[in-house]
Amino acid sequence: MTDTHMIEAEVNGKRRKLAAPSRKLLSDFIREDLGLTGTHVGCEHGVCGACTILLDGRPVRSCLMFAPQADGARIETIESLAQDGDDLHPVQRAFWEHHGLQCGFCTPGMVLTAKAFLEEVPHPTEAQIRAAISGNVCRCTGYVFIVEAIQAAGKTMADGARTRE
Amino acid sequence: MRKRLQERLSRVSIPASTLGEIAQELASAVKPSDFRYTVPATVDEAVSLLSREGGAGKVLAGGQSLVPLMNLRLAAPTLLVDLNRNPDLQFVRDRDDVLSIGSMTRHHEVATNALVAKRLGLLAHAASLIGYPAIRNRGTLGGSLAHADPAAEMPLVALTLDAELVAVGPGGRRTIPAAEFFGGFFTTALEPAEVLTEIHFQIGGTTEPWAFKEHARKTGDFAVAAVAATATLGGGRVQRLRVGIAGTSDRPIRAGELEQMLTGRPLSEAREALSDGTVRKTIAAQGAGDARYDRWEVAGVLTERALAVVLAHSGGGA
Repeated sequence: MTDTHMIEAEVNGKRRKLAAPSRKLLSDFIREDLGLTGTHVGCEHGVCGACTILLDGRPVRSCLMFAPQADGARIETIESLAQDGDDLHPVQRAFWEHHGLQCGFCTPGMVLTAKAFLEEVPHPTEAQIRAAISGNVCRCTGYVFIVEAIQAAGKTMADGARTRE
Repeated sequence: MRKRLQERLSRVSIPASTLGEIAQELASAVKPSDFRYTVPATVDEAVSLLSREGGAGKVLAGGQSLVPLMNLRLAAPTLLVDLNRNPDLQFVRDRDDVLSIGSMTRHHEVATNALVAKRLGLLAHAASLIGYPAIRNRGTLGGSLAHADPAAEMPLVALTLDAELVAVGPGGRRTIPAAEFFGGFFTTALEPAEVLTEIHFQIGGTTEPWAFKEHARKTGDFAVAAVAATATLGGGRVQRLRVGIAGTSDRPIRAGELEQMLTGRPLSEAREALSDGTVRKTIAAQGAGDARYDRWEVAGVLTERALAVVLAHSGGGA
């Protein structure tokens, strides 16, 4: 018999309540049950960082948590950043402008990791940026443009000027 | 191609139920097998839940090692006892020259807590080297110790600093010295129904110079080898030296031979042992005839670098 639990969480600012079996990974719960497929699933054992979400404001691997563990938590996925589609977050805009992505698979995890990092360290050095994204694997870019994008986003965020078209 | 395959498959009779099983198995790649999930209100409740499961249950701490093992089906506990909702296991306390840290304290907290940084710089620094930021946000001190990866930072630091581990089980509460805690690859002195609750570090009056050196193939990977060292220097002598090594063996070890060789020696002699290569060779020699000889070589170099830091302090006065 499957062990099922009710999960009530704040997901991207909305209260959601759904049941899930205990063995359901939080990453699968987010994609399959909450319908938020922006969270990508790569290695499923905590190495690649593609499934990174913000749990109570901090980046975590959603593939290394079970769905019932999110009960009562505040979850932010990549979909929370530009809710109307065009109003990009400074980190997203900087990734676009600085070519911080190619295939885009690692991007949700990269962007959320960078967002949380820049909120904590507003004026990072390149070494700090590289340490911050050391747990996010990108197989396309070689990281150079990602680091530049995060540097640029940091400046925009520090200026407090959220760019709009 | 597809048509030919379909034709060939139609000649093989596979019962629908078997096909269903295969489909299910394929869909469950990198997914854990089924288990019951429980959230105990207290440590005592956790212990009784684990007792009733008779060894097939597991504590879920930060999950940064257990969940990958479960996803890969290398571990398949039938019951998980989640301690993440027990805030009384997350603390850092300084009392009577003992720094106590709750077993569910996350690596990020250990690495950034002001009290740990001030009193146990070695522990704070080593915690900052574990995995990646997202791993440190979930992983816990107690979880890392109970998992006992032979190359991990926390077991090495606990052993080097002679930490004491407090566990609560069906028989009550007991304190286990780190030297008796690690029993080999992923093996500890913990009984199946015992739960690690806190870790005690003696901090004494003075702050000893310390060093932590590790070599990993990339940031956040488990170390090929890692070395932790502390020294008490005074009156121009090495009064006490503690050196721990991880990565070379099935558990973290203390470099006993080296510690004995240098303890009580004048600082000048100890520094000479460093500059003439004796320190490095004493460690590397232990790799003779060992398939992991290369790790011992690395450990030798790391020990040299660690001692260069701790012996650089003046050693004069008290």
